[in-house]
Amino acid sequence: MAKKLKLSLPRIRKGKTAKKAVTGFDQAKWIRGFSIAAISIWVFYSFVIDLLPYEVASIFQKWMPATTVNEALVWVICALGLNIVVGYAGLLDLGFVAFWAIGGYVAGWLMSDFFQQVSIHVGSTAPAEQRGIHISFWGVLIIGGLVAAVFGVIIGAPTLRLKSDYLALVTLGFGEIIPQIFYNGENIGGFNLTNGSKGIAPVDNIGLFGKTLGPFDLDWKYLIFVSLTALMVFISLRIRSGRLGRAWLAIREDELAASMMGVPLMRSKLAAYAIGAVSGGVGGVAFATHVNGVFADRFSFSISIILLAMVVLGGMGNVWGVIVGALTIAWVNATGLPAIGDTVNSLLGTKINFPSYNFLLFGGILIFMMLYKREGMLPESRLKELMHETDDETSNTGKHV
Amino acid sequence: MSKPSTLNADNISVKFGGLVAVDDVSFDIPAGGVISLIGPNGAGKTTFFNVLTGLYKPTSGTVTFDGNDITAKPPHKIAQAGVARTFQNIRLFGLMTAEENVMVAMHSHLKSGVLSTILGTRKQRAEEAESKKIARELLEFVGIGGTADKFARNLSYGDQRRLEVARALALQPKVLLLDEPTAGMNPQESKVFVDFVYRVRDEKNLGILLIEHDMSVVMKVSERITVLDRGQKIAEGTPAEIKSDKRVIEAYLGKSAESGK
Repeated sequence: MAKKLKLSLPRIRKGKTAKKAVTGFDQAKWIRGFSIAAISIWVFYSFVIDLLPYEVASIFQKWMPATTVNEALVWVICALGLNIVVGYAGLLDLGFVAFWAIGGYVAGWLMSDFFQQVSIHVGSTAPAEQRGIHISFWGVLIIGGLVAAVFGVIIGAPTLRLKSDYLALVTLGFGEIIPQIFYNGENIGGFNLTNGSKGIAPVDNIGLFGKTLGPFDLDWKYLIFVSLTALMVFISLRIRSGRLGRAWLAIREDELAASMMGVPLMRSKLAAYAIGAVSGGVGGVAFATHVNGVFADRFSFSISIILLAMVVLGGMGNVWGVIVGALTIAWVNATGLPAIGDTVNSLLGTKINFPSYNFLLFGGILIFMMLYKREGMLPESRLKELMHETDDETSNTGKHV
Repeated sequence: MSKPSTLNADNISVKFGGLVAVDDVSFDIPAGGVISLIGPNGAGKTTFFNVLTGLYKPTSGTVTFDGNDITAKPPHKIAQAGVARTFQNIRLFGLMTAEENVMVAMHSHLKSGVLSTILGTRKQRAEEAESKKIARELLEFVGIGGTADKFARNLSYGDQRRLEVARALALQPKVLLLDEPTAGMNPQESKVFVDFVYRVRDEKNLGILLIEHDMSVVMKVSERITVLDRGQKIAEGTPAEIKSDKRVIEAYLGKSAESGK
């Protein structure tokens, strides 16, 4: 009986996956599910956690503090952007941190007293007598996204003509160059553009319905970040199911055939770059408010790699997979490893520095995934098909229709 | 069939380093006719095809389509202008459904931009629904209506060939270039295919250029045949003329003409 069930399972799945690819994800359903999950987490961290006995609450503080949740959401936003470039359009980008950094510095420039030369206030929470450029967080979100998109096009235009491996290398170069510019930009022809390694801090508070959200209003910021995440998911899914999304898929599948079918390669790829960059820029602005400043040494090459690992680990091309991947890795990075380390060390009386092994762990997980679950944790239905092609052909030869 | 010709190639030469793949070939495809391009392996047929569709730029010569010079245009512009093709070795988008494959080729005919797609405006939704409908009709037309939701890579070989034609037709081309469409088909399937080519030509009213090795197909469907050998055009004419052409028999048809017909 059990055996029979197993045998019929793949066939049912196959029919379903193809159909789902056509109809797209059920929108009302995901929005409901997402809202319920998001609001329950908010209720938990805003109210429930205060009612819990101290011992229980401290477990949460140790293993899943609210600040980790917020930071993980920033990672999710950026990973969703990278997913558009890598997962949808199939362009390997090893320098995505550049967009994150650009978004961050836009926030630093437009939401702080850094530019003492001027005094511009647009809907900001900052006191009017403060010098510098102070633009409302919501405006800066849009500006940050747009500036990143412009840079996406500037970086993309000369490089997207390159084929896969070469493109990856050039993006890697840009991912290094841009943070370096920020790092060394304290004296550009006598002008202090970025404040160098000292960074720009603090950034203005977020204004929301007359409230002013400071660095410690984690629960309200959570609501903002989670809404941005939902927005990015929504945009990703919508675009994917439309004309441009199909063009991206076609390019990913067969670039030459796509161009022969009238798909403009450069424009479609640039669109992927620009839209992905918007996500990166928005994530950068959010991150700046999260850490209350921008610091050049935060935007290291490893961020690009971690983002890529999130996308690959979670499931390239599937937003839900990317979210799961990003949340998991962000948690492991920020809280998981230190917390596990503390626990193990105090149990065994050792002094192992667990967080320093994070890349060993990532490397190990990636190798494991590539060996046994190449398509990621929650793969896109299409890729699942491809990755298990060899299994299929060996297990039911001849039945392949 | 009133127009004299839609696609003209004048004095096309293609050189790859020292190798002359196509040598000073001129060629016209009339509207609403079936023209064949034949020749032994390595004669430069596919290279010539790739020049017509913009994949290669010719070393010299020009390609005009409907009176416009398209020689230097990128492939997607040429496709949008109305030159569609299939591939010798099938190049479908394997992990997309048959319907999506066809819809990709409608890309240039659809207008909705990024913003209207995100907002899901009424116009965008109507356009999507319409293009879906047209895609289904095209699949129906080529005889694989039941496969719309299947991934292209899971279709049978013959269905994949048909899907390639449906996808090319979605461009609403004026000229359709078929690169060895019956490769790998048995005689029975080839016969069915011949009827199919007629149907496409008549119902869609387009010019068809065929590269083909199967002489029975070529002789049956072609109004005119052009023969390439080592990059040069050695003959051009009706099937009957080609059959009796000395140079063609020498270069290519020799054996089959003696033994077969």
